[in-house]
Amino acid sequence: MSKIIKVFRPAILCFVVMTLLCGVIYPGVVTGIAQAVFPKQANGSIISVTLNDGTKKDFGSALIAQEFTKPEYMIGRPMGTTNLSPVGEEQEKLVKERIDWWHALDPNNTADIPMDLVTASGSGVDPNITPEAAEYQIARIARERGIREDAVREIINKNTTGRFLGFWGEPAVNVLKVNLGLDSLL
Amino acid sequence: MSHIVLEDILYLVLLIGLSIPLGIYMYKVMTGQKVFLTPVFSPVEKGIYKIMGVRDDEEMGAKQYALAVIVFSVICLIFLWGLQMLQAFLPLNPEGIEGTSWHLAFNTSASFVSNTNWQAYSGESALAYLSQALGLTVQNFVSAAAGIAVLFVLIRGFILKKKTTVGNFWVDLTKTTLYILIPLSLIVAILIASQGVVQTFSPYKDVVTLEGGAVQTIPLGPAASQIAIKQLGTNGGGFFGVNSAFPLENPTQLSNLIQLLSILLIPAALCVSFGKAVKDSKQGRSIYSAMMIIFVLSLVAVTVSEQFAAPGFAGVTASASIEGKEVIHGMGTSALWATATTAASNGSVNSMHDSFTPLGGMALMFLMQLGEIVFGGVGSGLYGMLAFVLLTVFIAGLMVGRTPEYLGKKVEPFDMKMVCLIVLTPPLLTLLGTAAAVIMPDAASWLTNSGAHGFSEILYGFSSMGNNNGSAFAGFNANTIFTNLTGGIIMLLVRFIPMVAAIFLAGNLAQKKTVAAGEGTLSTTNTMFVGLLIAVIFIIGALSFLPALTLGPVADYFTNH
Repeated sequence: MSKIIKVFRPAILCFVVMTLLCGVIYPGVVTGIAQAVFPKQANGSIISVTLNDGTKKDFGSALIAQEFTKPEYMIGRPMGTTNLSPVGEEQEKLVKERIDWWHALDPNNTADIPMDLVTASGSGVDPNITPEAAEYQIARIARERGIREDAVREIINKNTTGRFLGFWGEPAVNVLKVNLGLDSLL
Repeated sequence: MSHIVLEDILYLVLLIGLSIPLGIYMYKVMTGQKVFLTPVFSPVEKGIYKIMGVRDDEEMGAKQYALAVIVFSVICLIFLWGLQMLQAFLPLNPEGIEGTSWHLAFNTSASFVSNTNWQAYSGESALAYLSQALGLTVQNFVSAAAGIAVLFVLIRGFILKKKTTVGNFWVDLTKTTLYILIPLSLIVAILIASQGVVQTFSPYKDVVTLEGGAVQTIPLGPAASQIAIKQLGTNGGGFFGVNSAFPLENPTQLSNLIQLLSILLIPAALCVSFGKAVKDSKQGRSIYSAMMIIFVLSLVAVTVSEQFAAPGFAGVTASASIEGKEVIHGMGTSALWATATTAASNGSVNSMHDSFTPLGGMALMFLMQLGEIVFGGVGSGLYGMLAFVLLTVFIAGLMVGRTPEYLGKKVEPFDMKMVCLIVLTPPLLTLLGTAAAVIMPDAASWLTNSGAHGFSEILYGFSSMGNNNGSAFAGFNANTIFTNLTGGIIMLLVRFIPMVAAIFLAGNLAQKKTVAAGEGTLSTTNTMFVGLLIAVIFIIGALSFLPALTLGPVADYFTNH
């Protein structure tokens, strides 16, 4: 018993020191540096736009998807996570519903739908779609807005990122930024 | 497909390249040699010993060392448990988040103290900034440091001759945290913050959506600092609920690469440290090779399954399986991450493992079920692997009828008893936990998927907790009294039984004299030994888990094809 008491003193002191070091000083230092050097990134990559009347408005985070459903906007991946088995019956049913939704939105488009538009992401708020999924929507957006397809394509290209080092990761189109571009806000 | 091969090659090259200098550095730190950070940290280190009232030349015996580990962990457990339940009354809680239930708080404390980081909660809705920074971030550091400390105890067991002491826990813990974990975490935290991982104590930000004009809440918090050590310390507990799949936790392809490297960096580098410490780099290399071979085999299995066993739908372009995966990471780095995080006992995810194809998911489960020794947890992975090495030496010794020996130490009955505790505790508790869960009357209501995949959710969950991994088939609703309690107890037992066994094993080995290698000594550095070691690992894993895997992912595969 006395042995246990003897070990308690350094154990408690060690715990206090480690809590100060790793739980106060360390996160404090990282916060200080991040806020000083990368304030935009450290605060959620908020897209702030100065409107015509000079006021500033926050339109969301460049990293978090917003839901779009209207045909004049570029539409992203289904919101929310499902955690379904990709080969299960529940998933098959859900994907069929999504396919029907896309066909109802744009009956003229008979091309195959890119896979990312009918499958949920891991985060449930994936801000990106594949360039193929963007291309699939160009004709509809141009028609709904009465603008040239090339104009839409140009906005998409401006908001497309490639692969890191040319092969790491996948090319992606940021849906919110494209839509802000379409509304001439970005 | 070809760029996926390039992704994997880049990753392995960077990993091996970085692990060698870091391994040498860690060896120097833990053996008390001067390193480039000594001038900076030595005064801090001395100050810490002074506060603790510890002398750095005061050595502990195995019993004393084990007692120190346990007492320290109990203090951590109680503090963290209380902190979460009381967070509503404490500062740094801008969202006014309520205290968690007693059983969820117990589960989370057990999970973080045991370096598991199983999460039955979602960070952004369940925990205040104070609980995350002062509670979880601290445990991310010290549970990792304890693992590395115990590894070096075992290494000392092999090096020391006729000694009754194995080191000082307070000194090992301080050195590991100060010289290894904090500097690396600082670098990683700042790199990922530059990419868009949030790091602030400000309240969540409300924005108005473009199309609907609805209010959307962007969760914030001191995330980058916690995520850095979450990856480096093989902890894996996400700051946010969906872990590194969440864009504010892992925003870019570069942040994905940095975090992926951080998952395996220290466990891999410790193989190098081990070789240096036992004055025979080949010993470290053979263990590193065995781990790497199993890792690459698993990586190929997962990637091939995700690429070629992906479902197709009429009217949709053919693609690799991307359900539950982020567009920027793609199938390639998602499969790579999934393999790395289950090989190491990390458990962070950048895609949803529940939505992996059946055989891909099985490979992930099996990597955990092997006992988290393919790199494994920081420290714990290698001391677990060394137990398998001793087991292999023992089996080989039985075959030729000689007393087995490893690194000049005779392996005797007491040593083998400890090895058995290290090797057999995880599979036993995994299977018991799974069995207990499936006989619960309302088990089916905890699942998202039906049929064999539903069983896989339970099996994955208990494999994860029963091997201190922490990832999940997230369709499994784990926040129930049953799972919180049984899971919490399993995580503690599976962490501390092998850990104490490793310390006692070290204590026993240190007392022995070394014998010179002779004609009949089994070489533990050649290809044949590496093959034998891998075979032993697979046989134990397969014998323990083939029946359960057949009911889960194998049945899932055949019923859906």
